[in-house]
Order: sequence, then structure tokens, then C-alpha cells
Amino acid sequence: MGKKGSFDNIFKSKNFWSLTVLALLLLCNLIFTKGFFRIEIKDGHLFGSLIDILNRAAPMIIISIGMTLVIATKGIDISVGSTLAITGAVVAMLIGGNLQIVDGVQTYISKVPMALAIIVALLVAALIGLWNGFLITRVGMQPIIATLILSVAGRGVAQLLTNGQIITVYYKPFFFIGGGYLFGLPFSIYLVALIVGGTFFLTRKTALGMFIESVGVNPVAARVSGINSKNLMAAIYAFCGLCAGVAALLVTSNVKSADGIHAGELFELDAILAVAIGGTSLAGGKFYLMGSVIGALIIQTLKTTIYSIGVPPEINLVVEALVVFIVMLIQSEDFRKIVFRVKTVTE
Amino acid sequence: MKNKPLINLRYVLLITTISLFVVIYAIGCILYPSFLSLDVFLNLFIDNAFLMVIAVGMSFAILSGGIDLSVGSMIGLTTMVSAHLLEKAHMNPFLVMAIVLLMGASFGTMMGVMIHYFKLNPFIVTLGGLFLARGLCYIISTDTINITNEVYRSISSYRFYITDTAFINVNVLLFIAITILAVYLAHYTKFGRTVYAIGGNEQSAVLMGLPVARTKVLIYTFSGFCSALSGIIFTFYMLSGYALHAKALETDAIAAVVIGGTLLTGGYGYVIGTMFGVLILGTFQTLIMFQGTLSAWWTRIVYGVLVLLFCLFQRLFEANKGKMKPQLQEVDKNKIDSKPDVDLNVSEQRETVSV
Repeated sequence: MGKKGSFDNIFKSKNFWSLTVLALLLLCNLIFTKGFFRIEIKDGHLFGSLIDILNRAAPMIIISIGMTLVIATKGIDISVGSTLAITGAVVAMLIGGNLQIVDGVQTYISKVPMALAIIVALLVAALIGLWNGFLITRVGMQPIIATLILSVAGRGVAQLLTNGQIITVYYKPFFFIGGGYLFGLPFSIYLVALIVGGTFFLTRKTALGMFIESVGVNPVAARVSGINSKNLMAAIYAFCGLCAGVAALLVTSNVKSADGIHAGELFELDAILAVAIGGTSLAGGKFYLMGSVIGALIIQTLKTTIYSIGVPPEINLVVEALVVFIVMLIQSEDFRKIVFRVKTVTE
Repeated sequence: MKNKPLINLRYVLLITTISLFVVIYAIGCILYPSFLSLDVFLNLFIDNAFLMVIAVGMSFAILSGGIDLSVGSMIGLTTMVSAHLLEKAHMNPFLVMAIVLLMGASFGTMMGVMIHYFKLNPFIVTLGGLFLARGLCYIISTDTINITNEVYRSISSYRFYITDTAFINVNVLLFIAITILAVYLAHYTKFGRTVYAIGGNEQSAVLMGLPVARTKVLIYTFSGFCSALSGIIFTFYMLSGYALHAKALETDAIAAVVIGGTLLTGGYGYVIGTMFGVLILGTFQTLIMFQGTLSAWWTRIVYGVLVLLFCLFQRLFEANKGKMKPQLQEVDKNKIDSKPDVDLNVSEQRETVSV
């Protein structure tokens, strides 16, 4: 009895299924990819596939954190990809960078001080999120339509800002954000740790998390019990926008340019997928930050695995789709019930 | 009862959409006299036939309270499969059309089964469908495959002349046929009534004894079928198969449905509104093209602004409806004998508004 109970607990544990999938993926790599788990130290930096996955997954993890909170309030934000494109365009425009020769040495000068450019870009991102929040809480639109507006128009705005071209950034210090190393690890990992840790602390060590969940479960009950659900939701959308902004800094700095059309393409879908894989129900309520992190890692590991196994990258999307379906089916209680019933009948 | 609304509130959104189209087109006529010619008007249908067909499928999904994100990818996959079967396998073109339609319908059925029987979120399931269809395109080929098949080429260039210069093509006929079919399905069949009922309140629909399971699966089957048909239209239009064809077209389709006056919560809207939604988007595109100096990205911005305006209007409309509660009930009672399905939706709608 006790044994069965503990097994049940394992299966019911919130991260069990997603962790299993991640473990299976890593196991695949252990068998098929040589040196996948090898981590080397070159020039004082750690190198290896695992580090690479963490580094590449960073923007996705950050966006999924914002998305998790949004989904917990029974919402959805399909404008994060566009927000990323706009923010990227803003930061690239502000920093830009010109080649100037000072004392016979070639140096790149930024148009606006980098710190200011970053602050402005993040403010823009948060404002975009706040706009979504305003439409949803004050105007009363459904989250999917309110964010659809920006997901349609956002890329147009980003292209308007960049004048339809790809803006290249020539300013070395800016490249540190997405490509630099600190104490041997990519800087982006620290950024992820900061955001995940900060959000975890705020939602799990204070009552904020419970407020968010209660708004997601029943907004009316939450309001009656004294939660200012409108402001809370608006703030969460602003936070989601901010997350997209931070991800934009990483992406823009990493590719050293801003592309209004392609930057952050399909990010909203990947992020929602990461959240869903992580076990947070799209119907709102309980949310699992770590689950979303694992979800984002699964998506990135899958991509890296496909490349490293040597399968043509064209198959990437199909495999990703199949994983979506498998993870969804595994997580679906109705599916498990049906399969389980079939099993007991055959036994 | 004294101030019974002149126009049934139910039609307000539809009328707004239609009048907006007329106004925009009139503005076009004033700015560019060539807008008055039949050519420009018919081109609107020729250039937007594929969008209309997926928007029809999307309307049904949204009316039932769901969504289908896989439509754009499905068009890409259809063009790719058609091109491959025609050019590489040299199959009979009509057989190819049958195969792709079957493929689209079964793809939709598969998603519908997952959505209904495993209680998965339509957004995520069709998102998976989006990835899968696009991914299958890349597996077939990453390059453009040009279609040289005689039958496809002749259908593509076949023109029905209405006047000396103005003509329509096969795509427009398909556009019209699917619109008529959709209007028939939505308003004159048991299937259509059940779709509205599910969108209003699924639980009530089940309790009323409506075939919810079958209908929900059929909705996605129909949407898949529409996507494949739209893919065929797109193939005629482009005469090539390419993995990136119709990329992100699902957002345009959703925008058209919203502008057409369908509420994304489901249960409320008209297919004919969707048609005008598509025409409005098309008119704006034509206007921007005629204007000449505005860049292509203005189209996206205008689409976004349009969706915003329409949503604001819908909210206003819903708020008004909340105030007119007692009146509406009167209207409901009067109509209960003739159209029970639609009335259910109106009353359900009110419930959601009051929350």
C-alpha cells in the first residue's frame, strides 16, 4: 500500500513527465552523440554541448517565465515574438555604433550610452506588455485577441523602425550580454538565473504566487477576497513584455543585429509550448516555473540533438511537432485513463 | 418594450463590418478612380480567394470556441505535396487534388480527435499541427518546385470573362462555392446549430443531447478540408510548391474572422461577416499598393489597428447588450420557436458578459 502510494506520488509529481522526457533526450545523446557530456575549459571558459544548450535556451527560458505567469492568470500572450522584434529594433537603433578613429586607434562609439539604450529598450518592452494588460483588464478584451493585435501589427512596427532593413550593431561592449563570459560561464546563464530566481522568490516566498493562481482559478472570487486582480494582471502582462525585452537584448547582442521580420519568429509558440510541457494548464491556475524552464530546455535540447546526431535539420520541425503531441498525450489524464483501461482489460 | 431596437442587435456587428467595407471601398474610389472599375473589384476576390477559404474553416473553429492555427502551414504542405506528386511522381492531377483534400481532412480529424477525446487545448494541438505540417514541407523539399503540369496550368489561367476586360477565374468560383456551402452549413443544418451551441456553452450542448463529440471532430475536419482546398487554390495562384508558402497566414485568417464580427469566445458570428472581413483586409492591401509610396509593412500595421478597432467596438456592443438584458430576453422568447440554437447563444453570451 505504502509502496503504491509513493509510486503514485512520483507519477503525480508536477515535473515527473517533463523531467522524464528531458532525461530520455539526454540519454539519446549519451548513446548517439560522442562527447555530448564532455565539458572542456578553453581560455578559462567552459565549453560543451550542455553549456551550449543552456546558452541558446536562455531567451526562450526568460520568455517562458513571463508566459508562465500570464498563463497562470488564465491568459495568453501571443505578441512576445513581435515585442522581441520591436525591442531588438529599438536597442539596435539606439546603440547603432559608428567607426571612429581616436588617436589612430579604430574604436566603435555607440550613439546613445549603452546603459541608457538598454533601459529605454526595456521600458519600451514593459510598456508594450502594459498596453496588452490595459486592453485586457481595462477594456475587457480576451487575452488572445488583445495580444493578437500586436502580434499582427508588431512586426510591421518593428520594420517601420528599422525601415525594413536589418540594423547591424557595431559596439563591442553590447556583445557581452549575449556572447560574453563571466567566471567561465556564458553571461546569459546568469541573467536567466537572476530572472528565474527572482520570479521564484517573488511568487513562492511571498503571497504573490497565490494571488496569481487565485486570479487564474476564479477572478471574481479573487476580487471579492480583496485582490486587485486588474492591476495584478496588468502588471503580469507588463512583466511578460519585460521578459521578452530581456530576451531581445540577448538575441540582438548574440546575432549583433536586429531584424524586424525574423527576430523572435515563432517564439510565442515555442514559449507557450514550453509552458505547456512544463505542466502549467492553459486553463490557468497552478503554475510551475521550474516546469517551464525544463520545457524550454527540452525544446532546445531537441534542436541541438537533431543537429548533433547529424539528422538533416529539415526534420527538426517534424520531430518538434511529434514531441509536442507525445508530451501532450502523456500529460492528458483522459489519454492515460483510456490507455490504462485498455491495459487492465487486456490483462 | 417601448424602445424595441430597430435593428436586431444580433446584426449590428455584421452591419458594421459591411458598412466599413463599403466606406473603405468608397474612399478608395474617391482617391483612385480606377477603383470604380470592375477589374479592381474582381481582383479583390482573385487575390484573396485562398484567405477566404481558410477563414471559413477558421470561422467554424472559432464559433465553436476553439481555434485552428494549422491553416497556414496546411496550405504550404498542400502546395508542396501537390507539386511533388505532379512533378516528381507524375500522377493524375485530379487524383492529386483528391489526395490532398483527403490529407487535409484527415489531418483535421486527427487534431479534432485529440482536442475532443483527450481534452487537450485546441490552441496547443493545432500549434503542434502547425509545426508538423510545416516540418513535413521541409522533408519533401527545401526548394521551390515549379508546376509545369498542363491541367494545373490551364485551370490556373482559365478566365471567365464578365465584360471585355473584367474576368474571374476558377479560384473565385471556389471562393463563392465554399462561402455558400459554409452559410448553408452554419445556418441550415444540424451541424451548424450544434457548432453555435458548443460555442455558447459546451456543457449545455451536451446536456441538450446534441452530438457534441462528433461535431467537434467534424469542425476540425472541415477546417482541415478548407485548408487543403485553400492550398489547391494557392497552388493555382502561385503554380509552385514551396515550404514557406502562406507563412503566418493563420493570423490574417483570425484577423479576418474577428473583423467579420465573430466573437473569439465562440457562439456568435456569421460566415458572411468573415467574407467581408477578408474583403476589408484585401481592400486595404489594394489601397496601400495603389498608394505606391507606403511600404509593405504598413499592411501589417493597418491590420493590427483594424483588429483593435473592431475589438473595441465589440466590447462596446457587449457592454450595451448587458444593459439591455430584459429587452433581449423578450426578443429571445419571441424567437424561440423559429431558431432555438441562436437564441441559446445570445443568452449564453450574456452570461459570460455578466461575469
